[in-house]
Amino acid sequence: MATQHSRSVARLMMAPAVVLLLGWMLVPLTMTLYFSFKKYLPLRGGDLGWVGFDNYIRFVSSSSFWPAVQATLTIVGGVLIITVILGVLLAMLLDQPMWGQGVVRILVIAPFFVMPTVSALVWKNMFMDPVNGLLAHLWRFFGAEPVSWLSEASMTSIIMIVSWQWLPFATLILLTAIQSLDSEQLEAAEMDGAPPLKRFFHIILPHLSRAITIVILIQTIFLLSIFAEIFVTTGGAFGTRTLTYLIFQRVLESQNVGLGSAGGVYAIILANIVAIFLMRIVGKNLDA
Amino acid sequence: MGRIQLKSVTKSFGDVQVIPPLDLTIEDGEFTVFVGPSGCGKSTLLRLIAGLEDITSGSIDIDGADATDVPPAKRGLAMVFQSYALYPHMTVRKNIAFPLRMAKLDQAEIDKRVEGAASVLNLTDYLDRRPGQLSGGQRQRVAIGRAIVREPAAFLFDEPLSNLDAALRVGMRLEISELHERLATTMIYVTHDQVEAMTMADKIVVLQAGVIEQVGSPLDLYRTPRNLFVAGFIGSPKMNFIEGEEAAKHGAHTIGIRPEHIAVSESQGDWSGVVSVSEHLGSDTFFHVHETGLAETITVRADGEVGFRHGDRIHLTPRADVIHKFDAKGLRIE
Repeated sequence: MATQHSRSVARLMMAPAVVLLLGWMLVPLTMTLYFSFKKYLPLRGGDLGWVGFDNYIRFVSSSSFWPAVQATLTIVGGVLIITVILGVLLAMLLDQPMWGQGVVRILVIAPFFVMPTVSALVWKNMFMDPVNGLLAHLWRFFGAEPVSWLSEASMTSIIMIVSWQWLPFATLILLTAIQSLDSEQLEAAEMDGAPPLKRFFHIILPHLSRAITIVILIQTIFLLSIFAEIFVTTGGAFGTRTLTYLIFQRVLESQNVGLGSAGGVYAIILANIVAIFLMRIVGKNLDA
Repeated sequence: MGRIQLKSVTKSFGDVQVIPPLDLTIEDGEFTVFVGPSGCGKSTLLRLIAGLEDITSGSIDIDGADATDVPPAKRGLAMVFQSYALYPHMTVRKNIAFPLRMAKLDQAEIDKRVEGAASVLNLTDYLDRRPGQLSGGQRQRVAIGRAIVREPAAFLFDEPLSNLDAALRVGMRLEISELHERLATTMIYVTHDQVEAMTMADKIVVLQAGVIEQVGSPLDLYRTPRNLFVAGFIGSPKMNFIEGEEAAKHGAHTIGIRPEHIAVSESQGDWSGVVSVSEHLGSDTFFHVHETGLAETITVRADGEVGFRHGDRIHLTPRADVIHKFDAKGLRIE
């Protein structure tokens, strides 16, 4: 019963959570904005006063800005393509009745539980090491020259590592979606003369479209800010410096908080542009 | 053409044989209904004919050609599913056109056939809607439309009306019967509802536990049920079965009398009993009578105007010429 009284009580009781969440978001945002208009060099004189839009201009005109944007989008795009395609295939495979289904599903989901730092280190030292790595051994077994993954194919390597982490998430969401497909629809399509490949494109894929959009949306949000994987592998070298990493370097390595904060504001804008595009695509799919 | 012949077909799931060897012929143009309680294997039998399940042994012939190993799409059969199985992301037009597109017909021919099917089924105004925007009855018609555009050798219906409300069900029952008259194509229809079976079928196949109990026209089954199961399953309300002394008088282990074959009287009759429940339907009245001296409660159908109530003592007289006699194994004695 939502009387006047109970509504105001409800508002009162929700207030702490709302205030906390608002503070959590507003305080860092305001501080970032505040610092972005200042020349603030903690080790070289501290707060040196207001500088207007100087930091913003310097951040964009830096030669490393556009390569960083490009690197970010390449990683996000690459990981999305790999996880969605492999995710759909894996989900269909796991949907087949088989012995030990429960265990296999848990194993498939396992990489998601590994911390990004740990998984990047495991990949770096156990798989991609050009001397002792498993991949190097494999290459040598076939008589090929081992690839020094992180320096020669740095972008590919990082996309591989991040995809490995996010594939379980995509698979899990897509598996639940595929399980909700009415088997009679597939049987009807079979009777209607659709061979397996056409059943996939005409029935299964449209059924999965909503789940795929959700996977893309959530993953994009998280992939725009990947950091640990780059930090422990290439350290931003070999063209793998993303926008997030560039900001980190500006603030901590160059000790220029103002410049880094300006970069942070750009990152917020970029994320919002991507979000608007996604929302427009997703909105259509989620309404239906 | 659509003559379907099953020759000693069996089906096992693992060690469980759900259909023991079964022979059945469905003539071209016939409306055949598979009826039986749930779990009797009627849907499995339909899926075997459709090719959605592989038969374990035996063979299926369609129009004289062996179709046992032919994939479902090539058997020339169309199926209407219980859940309709419409493709939710396609419009009605695309749903109906789907089998034609898969058969790679040219667009003009597809349009012509879709329009044709839509006008037959009163769907013309809904062609650009999605299944989610249609009512149950309309969805049902789309599913039928998708089946008829293919011009199949036979239609298979898997309990198509069970998701509709009672009033709509009666309407769709008529529409399917009319469709059969017009197309004169073989139809196989699965239902658990004996009323649907009686009203629509040319031939009824009564199944129990995968075994065919009896095959015949609706009236054959009504007049001369071959055993106790068929006698009890066909007809509503259910036939009264009486065992013991009363049955022995007729030289049978069990006798069966349909409720509509018992005369009700206030003053005199063979049996006398007390009304426990009376159900007034307007056109008919059903009395459940006990304390008749028989072990069983007797159900009687009387005219709608007969007004006995709970607790009234009435007299019953069965019509001697329509008493069904069964032996100890439940088989009919002539």
